[in-house]
Amino acid sequence: MLSPSTTKVEKPLILSLRGMTKHFGPVIAADAIDLDLQRGEVLALLGENGAGKTTLMNMLFGQYTPDAGSVHVFNEDGQETVLPSGQPQAAIDARIGMVHQHFTLAENLSVLDNILLGTEALLSARRNRKSARQKLSKLMHDSGLTAPLDTRVRDLTVGERQRVEILKALYRDARILVLDEPTAVLTPQEADMMFASIRAMVDDGLSVIFISHKLHEVLAFSDRIAVLRHGCKTGEMNTKDADTSSIIRMMVGADHEAPTRVHGIPKQPILNLANVNTKPSKGGQGLQDVNLTVHAGEIVGVAGVSGNGQSAFAGLISGLVQPTTGHVSVNDQVIQKLTPKVMLNAGVGRIPEDRHHDGIVSNMSVAENLVIERLDKPDVQQNGFLRKASIADNARNLTQNYDVRGPGINARSALLSGGNIQKLILARVLETNPDLILANQPTRGLDFKAASDVSLRLFEARDRGAGVILISEDLDEVLSLADRILVMHDGQLTETDSRDRTVIGLAMAGGEQQ
Amino acid sequence: MMDILNIFLSDSFWAASLRIATPLIFGVLGALLCERAGVLNLGIEGIFVVGAMTGWMAVWLGANLWGGIIIAAMAGGLFGLFHAILTVIFGLSQHVSGLGITLFASSAASFTYRTALPQVSSPPRIEPFRALDIPILSDLPFIGPVLFQQTAMTWLALFLVAVVWWVMEKTALGVAIKAVGDNPEAVNAQGLSVVKLRMGSVIAGSALMALGGAFLTMSAFDAFFFGMVNGRGWICIALVIFASWQPGKALMGALLFGMFDALQVRLQTEAGAFIPGQVFLMAPYVLSIIALVIVARKADYPRALLTPWFKGQR
Ligand SMILES: Nc1ncnc2c1ncn2[C@@H]1O[C@H](COP(=O)(O)OP(=O)(O)OP(=O)(O)O)[C@@H](O)[C@H]1O
Ligand SMILES: [Mg+2]
Repeated sequence: MLSPSTTKVEKPLILSLRGMTKHFGPVIAADAIDLDLQRGEVLALLGENGAGKTTLMNMLFGQYTPDAGSVHVFNEDGQETVLPSGQPQAAIDARIGMVHQHFTLAENLSVLDNILLGTEALLSARRNRKSARQKLSKLMHDSGLTAPLDTRVRDLTVGERQRVEILKALYRDARILVLDEPTAVLTPQEADMMFASIRAMVDDGLSVIFISHKLHEVLAFSDRIAVLRHGCKTGEMNTKDADTSSIIRMMVGADHEAPTRVHGIPKQPILNLANVNTKPSKGGQGLQDVNLTVHAGEIVGVAGVSGNGQSAFAGLISGLVQPTTGHVSVNDQVIQKLTPKVMLNAGVGRIPEDRHHDGIVSNMSVAENLVIERLDKPDVQQNGFLRKASIADNARNLTQNYDVRGPGINARSALLSGGNIQKLILARVLETNPDLILANQPTRGLDFKAASDVSLRLFEARDRGAGVILISEDLDEVLSLADRILVMHDGQLTETDSRDRTVIGLAMAGGEQQ
Repeated sequence: MMDILNIFLSDSFWAASLRIATPLIFGVLGALLCERAGVLNLGIEGIFVVGAMTGWMAVWLGANLWGGIIIAAMAGGLFGLFHAILTVIFGLSQHVSGLGITLFASSAASFTYRTALPQVSSPPRIEPFRALDIPILSDLPFIGPVLFQQTAMTWLALFLVAVVWWVMEKTALGVAIKAVGDNPEAVNAQGLSVVKLRMGSVIAGSALMALGGAFLTMSAFDAFFFGMVNGRGWICIALVIFASWQPGKALMGALLFGMFDALQVRLQTEAGAFIPGQVFLMAPYVLSIIALVIVARKADYPRALLTPWFKGQR
């Protein structure tokens, strides 16, 4: 199903980016990048976090105005047009569709309204919904991507939202579809379904550029690979000639191995949950009668499809969710009332799932974000006044040690790329030497190298004597990091001795364990 | 107790409620339009003053009443343009800009009035809108006085409720305005202009606000006084939350406030002997606050309200 189409002869060009350049202050996000796309091919665009992939695609779509460079599109007869820069409407007219890294949907509107937004004359008296619905139902039927048209977007799951984004582009008859990390928030099943649909459309002549950090997806789905590094294109190859290590070499400029796990040595218990139940939390099940002990010096992996109680579980350990029955103890102390502050002081460090939203204050600087969880410490403030110099020193040290790259320690943290935001959070959490680390989807959206950095840091923390809880949907990640594996399903947590993908996969889907 | 029942049964009470509600209907519709697009317009109080002054002055200088209304709307739109330039194009704080517009607009209106009429002691009067006199309808019992003896401006307000509702719910423009107040990037990515949509909504909304002011000098009274707007703009800012940004509920909210106010005046005459008048004067505001507390806790704010948008910014 996911096999790339076999090599074809050189196909006609459909899109050509020439000399695309974009600076953000001192950062060169794109440096004279040339990129060609052929008709009916799937081009994977790879690169580390912050390499400039999203920037390049946003220039293609007119959301960013390039400092230099031009976008050329070719019609069926090979006729060339140059798109005026900085105008999404021009890209749409040239039948380019884009699915952004962060959803661009109006949540207060229905799916149908979102799809039709911008397609109708604004002052048209009657909106011609009937023919639009017909076109959409045909589209949904042909592509296999379905979405409930009259539901408000705010009530949709992320998987459904992703499909709406794709339908939005297809509805406008896109010939070129750009997918910026479409699978980052999808479950593996949803991702497979999406790829199958898109592959079918590609066979009918759609051309696709897609961005992903998951190399197995890239190898299975793309025809050709282009790699960016520090804003420059560093190479291109046909997927059939590529393998994981050759891609990584091109991405980071050197060989890179994922760290391998050595079994941890569990010591005294750190966290204990006894018969804990919680109410259902936003976006998922509540916990049902959960018992768990996490020891110092071990990584406990919680595998499972999200929505099965992960958010309640993470909320509990961060002190955001109260148990309805049962109790929680940290270092043999029963915690009476869970609050984030209490848990923080008890020695729990957390790496939240939604790093942009819960992990940083995006309008504050990198330096400020690095001390935000310990504002009462003497090196941060004295008599109520912030110690700017010491905060800046701290930021310089941490950004260096943890390789946080961006426009500098005084820049707004929103300007960092996803991978660098994660490193920032990691630096803040690990610097305080917490006894227990809650890592919720810690490598989601991270490039290969950043993800292995995260693994390495978690191993280090464990060997130093911390207990680590890893919540992840990515079974491979759980298998490669965890000393002990638990499966979360329907609010229940079950330990498994197996390290077999199919056995655990079955348990994740709710099947019995053999 | 009997007296209170009598108040609710009298046609004059209901007629007064609708009359008091009229300027609020204009104002709340205007605020709704701005906020749906993601821009809070605290200039409303000053724009009311501008509408009241310009509409009246245009008529006093010889324009006919409808001409006065158009001029008031244009003057309101001008201050809306000003607010939009500051908040949409330059992305300045909507609170600060709005309060600035209120101070500037009310002072500018008063200044113009004083400059044009340096000597007068009692404000010159115009011939305002008259109560409608529609054959048969106006003579109906109860319904007649309540609905068909209002002025044309009240009917204009009710008509505009329908227009705004129709635009917001039935046209692509309404969808785009709601979208730009929720997620401007969604609008930009679909090829529409965030800046044009927001500026247009703020200008149109401000024109509506000015009509609320114009009602005061051209229908409720017949002259311009300082301080005559008296917080009506601020009431509209509260009412739009009460209305959850929906035109139909906006009408209900304005009518409710009109009723409280009409009731207050009547209770004052009934019970004024033993309860201080100030208690009645503050009653509509207190009741509005209570209503707001109950409704607004679940208020579903436009997500991008107060958030400026710049092309190509994270
Ligand atoms: N609007 C912006 N303002 C300032 N800097 C920006 C902006 N957009 C991107 N950058 C910077 O440009 C660089 C490239 O960012 P970009 O988002 O294109 O990376 P990416 O390859 O998509 O990374 P990721 O894999 O994390 O999504 C980064 O250093 C980022 O901080
Ligand atoms: Mg990106």
